[in-house]
Amino acid sequence: MPTTIRETTLHAVHTAMGARMVDFGGWDMPLHYGSQIEEHHRVRRDCGMFDVSHMLALDVSGDASHALLSRVLANDVDRLKQPGKALYTCMLNPDGGVLDDLIVYFFANDHYRLVVNAGTADKDVAWLTQQRDHHAANVKLTARRDLALLAVQGPNARARVFQALPDVHDAAEELPPFHAIQVGEVMIARTGYTGEDGFEVALPAARVSELWQKLRELGVTAAGLGARDTLRLEAGMNLYGQDMDESTTPFETGLAWTLDLKSARDFIGKAALLNARPLRHALGLVLLDKGVMRSHQKVMTAHGNGEITSGGFGPTLERSIALARVPSAVQPGDEVAVEVRGKPLRARVVKPPFARNGKIMTVI
Amino acid sequence: MTTPAHLKYARSHEWVKQDADGTVIVGITHHAQEMLGDLVFVEAPVVGRKLKKGEECAVVESVKAAADIYAPLSGEVVAVNADLADAPEKINADAYSSWIFRLKPDDISELSGLLDAADYQKITDQEKH
Repeated sequence: MPTTIRETTLHAVHTAMGARMVDFGGWDMPLHYGSQIEEHHRVRRDCGMFDVSHMLALDVSGDASHALLSRVLANDVDRLKQPGKALYTCMLNPDGGVLDDLIVYFFANDHYRLVVNAGTADKDVAWLTQQRDHHAANVKLTARRDLALLAVQGPNARARVFQALPDVHDAAEELPPFHAIQVGEVMIARTGYTGEDGFEVALPAARVSELWQKLRELGVTAAGLGARDTLRLEAGMNLYGQDMDESTTPFETGLAWTLDLKSARDFIGKAALLNARPLRHALGLVLLDKGVMRSHQKVMTAHGNGEITSGGFGPTLERSIALARVPSAVQPGDEVAVEVRGKPLRARVVKPPFARNGKIMTVI
Repeated sequence: MTTPAHLKYARSHEWVKQDADGTVIVGITHHAQEMLGDLVFVEAPVVGRKLKKGEECAVVESVKAAADIYAPLSGEVVAVNADLADAPEKINADAYSSWIFRLKPDDISELSGLLDAADYQKITDQEKH
């Protein structure tokens, strides 16, 4: 663990706004600015913005960039043909355990950008450096701590970004989901972690306060990591370190769809995955009784016990929801019991997502 | 938010108000709701339950965490605030008017063992620093 807690460029802005701050992955980050639930609703219904500069943009450049990423990433890097295309992928250890989940952006065969989690960033850089050196590959890894990252999310997010950054409008107006474009110093990516439309913006840290201020003046709500967590949970997205870690394979955390097991390409962890016989899988739970499910609570099913990996209150559903790892025989529609504070409460098994694009996706 | 002077307080962040009929109402303090964040669920004790001072008797759950509520006095639960079942956020909006349960104390003199507003304020000031 880091001995000193780190701060993003916007730290002083958050504290001046009265944010409740929290340690996340070694960074002092805003949890909320008053009401986490209100911030959540603003993102689903209008537009909110998150300082995500604790995440690391890691540029991968040089002739062997493609070869290195083909070796370390579990999704099919060869699908990245159009400049600006983005891909969600796991990076695995030789046992098939998840070292990190990340987005890789393709700009050219000798230029990619990875955006990795804050808490795993140092470990990721060390792992990638080790793999590069092992293969004596011509690859340069550049940690872009000179950049700030802002996620602007919600049905009106793109319009607000265009108002705040008119220079990027023409280039980014037709940008499809999961694509990015570099416009001068600014990278605009149509990605996110909320289940809503929107952009993630990477720009020089010196310019982020001005952009934040402009977006606030346009009525964009500042949202903290609390709302980010309930939004991603409703969207059925995993949180690294909570829903999965190095001891979890992608099969056990709902990420089989991100694995490239059919092509001839070999990648670290592939052999282990091909031999894996997973006994558990990840599904969603909606609580039928009153109460709130939390991570690590026991799930009791007709096929054996499981465990909640992420649980909480879903403001869009106005109910408690959870992601859980349960025996493989458990299927959507089943009723299970969750041990909440010593009492068994009834929950319905569902297939995530719970909510996306402003709408509830699960029928209980 | 000032700490109301007409209430008594427990170190575990409950407030107690004595009413003219000799019963007391119990809630959680403004500081407690601020630390918890948006409240989403209140589990009040069952009416008729006999409580011992310091006993866990209710639960409030926020978006962030669950917190136990401890009986500030010994006594019998004579009513619960049904408004909170569907609107726990009322505690966030005004913690001191959102009582959770009403207690008929066994011994009202226990009230004098609780903190006054000034002493409770000192505790919360320390927690914030």
